Amino acid sequence: MALVEVRGLTKTYQRDAQVIPVLENLDLDIEKGEFMALMGPSGSGKSTLLNLLAGLDHPTSGSIRVEGQEVSGMSSRQLATWRSRHVGFIFQRYNLLPVLTAFQNVELPLLLTSLSKKERRDHVHTSLNVVGLADRVDHYPRQLSGGQEQRVGIARAIVSDPTLILADEPTGDLDAVAGDEILTLLERLNSEFGKTIVMVTHDPRAADRSHRIMHLEKGVLTR
Amino acid sequence: MKFARLVWANLRRNKRRTILTTLSVAVALFLFATLRSVLTTLAGAAEVGSETRLITTNTISIVFPLPQSYYERLRAMEGVEAVSWANWFGGVYRDPQDFFASFAVDSDTYWPIYPEIEVPPEQLRAYMGERTAAIVGPELMKRYGWKVGDRVSLRGTIYPGDWPFTIRGVYRATTKYIDEASFMFHWDYLYEKSDRQADVGWYILQLSDPALAPAVAKRIDDTFRNSSASTETATERAFQASFITMWGNVGFFLNAIGLAVFFAILLVAANTMMMAARERTTEHAVLKALGYGDRLLFGIVMAEAAIVTLLGGLIGVLAARLLFSAATPFDSWMPGFSVTWPTIGLGLAIALVIGLMAGLIPALQAARLPVVQALRRVA
Repeated sequence: MALVEVRGLTKTYQRDAQVIPVLENLDLDIEKGEFMALMGPSGSGKSTLLNLLAGLDHPTSGSIRVEGQEVSGMSSRQLATWRSRHVGFIFQRYNLLPVLTAFQNVELPLLLTSLSKKERRDHVHTSLNVVGLADRVDHYPRQLSGGQEQRVGIARAIVSDPTLILADEPTGDLDAVAGDEILTLLERLNSEFGKTIVMVTHDPRAADRSHRIMHLEKGVLTR
Repeated sequence: MKFARLVWANLRRNKRRTILTTLSVAVALFLFATLRSVLTTLAGAAEVGSETRLITTNTISIVFPLPQSYYERLRAMEGVEAVSWANWFGGVYRDPQDFFASFAVDSDTYWPIYPEIEVPPEQLRAYMGERTAAIVGPELMKRYGWKVGDRVSLRGTIYPGDWPFTIRGVYRATTKYIDEASFMFHWDYLYEKSDRQADVGWYILQLSDPALAPAVAKRIDDTFRNSSASTETATERAFQASFITMWGNVGFFLNAIGLAVFFAILLVAANTMMMAARERTTEHAVLKALGYGDRLLFGIVMAEAAIVTLLGGLIGVLAARLLFSAATPFDSWMPGFSVTWPTIGLGLAIALVIGLMAGLIPALQAARLPVVQALRRVA
C-alpha cells in the first residue's frame, strides 16, 4: 500500500456562476521514502494539489488517504491536528517569523505537541544540526542569508518528524548555489532519513534531483 | 504558557506602537482611577458623617447666620447632650490663592463634641488660654512651614481686616475623611474683633441616642419655623451628603467622562490591534499551515490585546494610587482622597474588557483566515 493514495481527486472553484475546474479526477500514489517532483505551467493545479495533500483545503470530490487514513473527510479542526503531526511544509519564501530566532522558529510545530521543554530543545538542536545551522540557533531571520533562512524552514518542516514533507518551490527565491545546497539537503533527508518528499518546482534541474517527475497540465496528471 | 514567548515576541515586534498603545491605556486608566476616586471619596465622606450629631443651619443657606440665642433653647431640647457652634471665616493667607478652610469654633464646646479631632492636651490648654490662638491641621503646617508658636496673619474675606493669630496646637484627624488642612480659632475672637457682628454659622448637636435624630431634628425645625431665622436640621451624615448634591449630578458627569474615555481608548486599542493583526496575515497563514488551529490563533491574538491593555491599565491605576497617596493639593480640596484597591480592581477589569473587545475582531479574522488564499498571496 502506498503512503499516499489519491483517488478520483477533483477540485473546482466557483467564481460567481462559473465553475472553474482545477483538478480533474486525479489518481496518484506516492510511496514511502519517495522523492517526487511535481511540474507544470502556472495555473495547472500544482499548488492546489499540494494544498490538498497538506490538508489545507478540502477536495470537491475524491479521496486522499495518507498511511491508510482518510484525510479528505476531516473537519478543519481535525485537519489542523493532523497537519501538525503528519505534514512538514517548506515555502518558497521561507516564511519564518521575523520576531523569533532560528531556534524559536523551528520550535513552533513542537509547541503543539506534549513534548517537555527539554525534549523540544533536543529536537530543535537535532533539526538545526541536520540542516547545518547548529551555530545559528540564536540568529533572527534578518541575520541569515536566503539559503540559511530556507534551511531553517526545512528544519522547521522536519522537526516533528512528519510523515510527508511538502515543498512549494523551495529553491524559487534562491540563487543557483544556495538552491543547489537546498536540493542537496532535500536529497539527504530523503536518502539518509527516509523522508517522503513532494516538491513543486518550475525548474527542470531541481526536478531532475527527484526520483520521479509528474507533470500537471490543466488539472490532469501526465508522466 | 508554551505560547507566551510567541505572544511576547509579537508584542515586541513594533515596540514603539506597543509602548504608545500601552501608555494611552495607562493615561486613560489613570484618568478613570482619578475620577472614580472622586466619587468614592465623596461617597465615603458622606458615609462617615456621624449619625449621633445633628447640624442645624439657616433654612435659606449655610451662608446665612443663626442667632446666638438659639443655643440655650437647643441645649434644652430633650435628647440633646451637648451643643456647639462654628462659623466659616474664609480668610486668606498672603495671596488669594493661599486659601484654606478656616473656622471660628466655640472652643469650650467644640473639641469635646469632636473626639475624632485630637489635639495634644498641653497644646489645647495653651490654646484655651489665649484669645488669638489657633489650632491648625498638619498639612497646613507642612505647606507653609509653620511651627507651633508662630504668629500668622489672615486677611478676612467675610470679616474684613488683618487677623493676627498665634498657632498653639496641631490637631490630628483619626478618620481620613476629616480635612487635615483646616485652621480653627476661637469664635469669641471673631465676635469681638468683628465688632460683635458675627453670629453663628451652624450649630452642632450631640445626641444621646442616634434613634432620636429624626424626632429631635423635626422638633428643632418646628420650634424655629416662624422665627426670624428658621432652621434646617439634619444628621451630620445627611449634611455631608447635601454638600455632595451641591456639586450637582457629579456622579453622572464623572461617569459620562469615564465612558467617553473608555470608548476613545477602546477605538485606539482596537485600531492598533487590527493594524498589528493585518500586518501578520502571512504569519497567521503559516502558523495554520504548521497545524495551529483556529481557536489557538484566536487565543494568541486575544492574549496580545489583553496583555497590552492590562499592562497599560496596571501602570495607570498604580500611578494614580502612588501619586495620590503622597501629599497633593487634592488633600485639602477633598480630604481622604485616595485610589482604593476596589477602584484599582475595577480599573484592571475595565482594562481587560478593553483588551478583549479590541482584540475580538482581529482575533476572529485570524481564526477565520482562509489559509489557502492567504498562502497563495505569499508563497
